[in-house]
Amino acid sequence: MHELSIATAVVEACAERAAGARILRVRIEIGQLSAVLPDSLRFCFEVCAQGTAAEGAELEILETAGRAICETCGGTLALSSPYGRCDCGGLLRIVAGNELRVKDMEIA
Amino acid sequence: MCTTCGCGSDAVTIDGADVHAGHGPAHQHEHGHGHDDGHGHGHDDHHAHGHDHPHDHDHDHDHAPDRDHDHGHHHHDEPAPQRRTVSLEQDILSKNQLLAERNRGWFAGREVFAVNLMSSPGAGKTSILERTIRELRDTVPISVLEGDQATSADADRIRATGAAVVQINTGTGCHLDAHMVAHGIERLGLSRGSVLLIENVGNLVCPALFDLGEQARVVVVSVTEGDDKPLKYPHMFRAGHVLLINKLDLLPYVRFDVRRCIDHARQINPDLQVLLLSAETGEGMQAWYDFLSAQHARTGVPA
Repeated sequence: MHELSIATAVVEACAERAAGARILRVRIEIGQLSAVLPDSLRFCFEVCAQGTAAEGAELEILETAGRAICETCGGTLALSSPYGRCDCGGLLRIVAGNELRVKDMEIA
Repeated sequence: MCTTCGCGSDAVTIDGADVHAGHGPAHQHEHGHGHDDGHGHGHDDHHAHGHDHPHDHDHDHDHAPDRDHDHGHHHHDEPAPQRRTVSLEQDILSKNQLLAERNRGWFAGREVFAVNLMSSPGAGKTSILERTIRELRDTVPISVLEGDQATSADADRIRATGAAVVQINTGTGCHLDAHMVAHGIERLGLSRGSVLLIENVGNLVCPALFDLGEQARVVVVSVTEGDDKPLKYPHMFRAGHVLLINKLDLLPYVRFDVRRCIDHARQINPDLQVLLLSAETGEGMQAWYDFLSAQHARTGVPA
C-alpha cells in the first residue's frame, strides 16, 4: 500500500532534477528486506508518472539481497526476512537489503 | 511547493479542511520543482539545475552545466533530444526524512515529547489514549494528532476527554507522514513541555517506514490478535521502541500466548521494551505512564 507513496516520492525526486526535460528511464534500488514490493511499485509508478515528466518512463528496479553480520562471531549470512539469528546464537546486524534509493535516470 | 514542507498531498485533510488551508492565498503548490527547502541533492557535473524560474523549451539546448552539450542546430525544426544520464543517488524517503528531522527539532526546541502509536485497526490505540489522557491530564498537558483514512470519530472521542486534538484524514493514504504531522502541529499550538500523542493510521505495515519526527515509537498489539503478529509484520516490530500488549482482561477467553508473542517480538527486535496492559480495566497502565514520564524527562535535556 505504501508503494504509492514510494512511487510518488520517486516521481517527484526525478521530475525535480529533470528540470523540464522528459524522463525516459529511472533506475532505483530496492532492498529485499525493505517491505516494498517491486511489482506493486512498478504499477504505482506508472500511475503516479501520468501527467508528469516521467510519464511513460521505464522503471528499472535493482533488487538487493538481504545480508547481515553476526555481532558475536563476525560471520556474514544471507537473510530473506528482516530478522534472524546466527547459528552461533549471536544477534545480527543487517548490512544490506534495506535500500530504497533512486540511482539515476535517463532524460532527453 | 509548500515552503514549510515541500509537500504534495491532495486528498489529505486536517480537521476536514485542505491540508494547506492555513497557508494563505499566495501559496502555490506546483510540484516537481523548487529548491526552497533544505532537501539534499548532489551537485554533480551533469545535473540540470532546477531553479524556480520556468524553463522555456523553445530552443533545443538546456542551460545545465553540462560540458558536452551541443550548441549546433539551434533552429532545427525537430531537434533530436539528446539522451543523457543524470545521477541522483538519493534515498527515496529523503524528503520525509528531512521533514521528520525538522519536526524533531521543532519538538526539541519546545521540549515537547512526541510519541507515534502504531497498530493494526482495532488494537485499542484510541482507548489507550483516552485512558492515558484522563489519568495524566492533571500532571502534564497532552495533545493528540489522530490519523485515519476517514471520519473524525477518533478525534471526537479524544475531544471528549478535554485534550486538544487535530484529526488528519489521509484519504487513500495508509499512513501518516512527516509532512502531515508538520501541518497538524501547526494547528495544535502545543505548549512548552507538553506531550504529543500521535495515533497513526491503523496499519501494521506502512507506518513503519515513515519517520514523523517522534522521540518514541509505540507498537500496540491486542490479545485478540494472533501471537504470531510480530513474525508476520516484522518491519513494524523492528521499528518500535516499546510494545504494548493490550486487552489483557480478555486473555482468559482467547488463545493468545503472551510469552510466545514477546519471544517473537524480541527475535526481531531484541531491545524492544514490552508492557502488558488493559485500557479497559486500567491494569498495567501505570507502567506505561512511568515509561512516558521517564522518556519525557529526557526530552529537552541537552545530550
